[in-house]
Amino acid sequence: MSEAVIEIESPKTGEVQAAVYEHPWAVRFAHWLNAVSLLVMVASGFQIFRAFPSFGAKIPQKDLLLWPKAFALGGWLGGGLQWHLTFMWIYIATGIFYLGYQVFSRNYRQVLFTPRDVRGVWPMVRYYFFFGPKPMVREVYNPLQKLAYTSVVGLGVLSLLTGLAVWKPVQFSWLAWMMGGFHWARIWHFAVMWAILFFVFGHLVMVVLHGWNNFMSMLAGWKKNPDYLGR
Amino acid sequence: MESRIDNRKFKRVTRRELLKLAPVLAVGAIAIPKLQEPLLKAGLGFSDWASALLFRSRHLATTFADSEVVPFEKFPINGYDVEDPGVDLEAWTLTVSGAVQKPGQYKLAQVHSLPRVRQNTRHVCVEGWDVIGRFGGARLSDFMQMIGADTSARFVYVECADDYYESLDMVTALHPQTLLCYEMYDQPLTREHGAPLRLQIPTKIGYKQAKYLTDLRVTNVLDKVGYWEDQGYSSFYSL
Repeated sequence: MSEAVIEIESPKTGEVQAAVYEHPWAVRFAHWLNAVSLLVMVASGFQIFRAFPSFGAKIPQKDLLLWPKAFALGGWLGGGLQWHLTFMWIYIATGIFYLGYQVFSRNYRQVLFTPRDVRGVWPMVRYYFFFGPKPMVREVYNPLQKLAYTSVVGLGVLSLLTGLAVWKPVQFSWLAWMMGGFHWARIWHFAVMWAILFFVFGHLVMVVLHGWNNFMSMLAGWKKNPDYLGR
Repeated sequence: MESRIDNRKFKRVTRRELLKLAPVLAVGAIAIPKLQEPLLKAGLGFSDWASALLFRSRHLATTFADSEVVPFEKFPINGYDVEDPGVDLEAWTLTVSGAVQKPGQYKLAQVHSLPRVRQNTRHVCVEGWDVIGRFGGARLSDFMQMIGADTSARFVYVECADDYYESLDMVTALHPQTLLCYEMYDQPLTREHGAPLRLQIPTKIGYKQAKYLTDLRVTNVLDKVGYWEDQGYSSFYSL
């Protein structure tokens, strides 16, 4: 683990705290850029969906849900498409930048879910959801976090692939074919978005539960007295 | 092993780290009303540029078995204005102009004289719905040969009886599945589907496939791109 630990001393009280550099700049930069572009992609995606809020036939049309205009970006279908087709490039570039950084800096090792993390998932689930005892964690990310952050990268890749199949079902006919054709690609694209939103919801709940010190680590990189230091 | 700093210095370190995130704020430029339109236009333009790059001139759209085609009455009629602009089918001609050796009025019989292509292909609407239909007509590329079109020109521009207008890039115009369509489901095109002649392009989005054609021009310059494009839709929108 490439953690950098420092001690912070308060000259007044003499109190000493530890701080760990958890998130390198590239990760924080990608995180916030991605947060913005994901929000835009979802909101403009709903605008596009509003034009035909169904996955059935056009004749007769049975609407699946009427998404409120207030939660859609772009004003109309053409506007929604403009936002979607603009921010998808930022979304893709951010993803490539993030993955490239993680691989080349070898920083991925602190977050990638590997088979040895499997054992630790259930105790974390029990701790979070069923009042189980707090498992001992000696790393920046616990096994459940690793699972979540690794899966959501996979979902991000899927959102790109399904989106590509919806946007270019002829040029990427093999992609559309793998998804069961254009019609199904559109369904998958929608489903992947909900899966990402499910992650975001859980992520935000955890951020709120873990407080300011934890939140600041994604902004400034440093976290004071993380529990995994065991001090 | 571990360095020790005082908490004032730590504050400076974290502040510096925070400031390093400032580049993220650059995306906020899109929230500035004056910049929003040009930025979105640039994004759309970049997407169109990438679309043209991805477009493969010999790659065919998937064709389907007759059993996969929707019944004719389930094929949506999408007009932007009227379903029947009242074309006089007897007197109809297609006015050809621009970079062609043989400009003038072309009769439907002349289009009929070209080899007929019938194809079951998927029609995708920008709204998100799709249907598989059966279409018949002449290849636009054959017609381009008939009129002696300069295929090094950049665009084919069409106008319609209902004042709709559209344009196609030359690569798509010459694609083997791009049809001057006069048949659906082996029957002459009905008025609401664009009689007597429409574009049918399985490699493009629905709004590119103009109905009730009256004029066709081969050109290097476009004053207008298309009815929807000029309101903010993608100009290239290949599938």
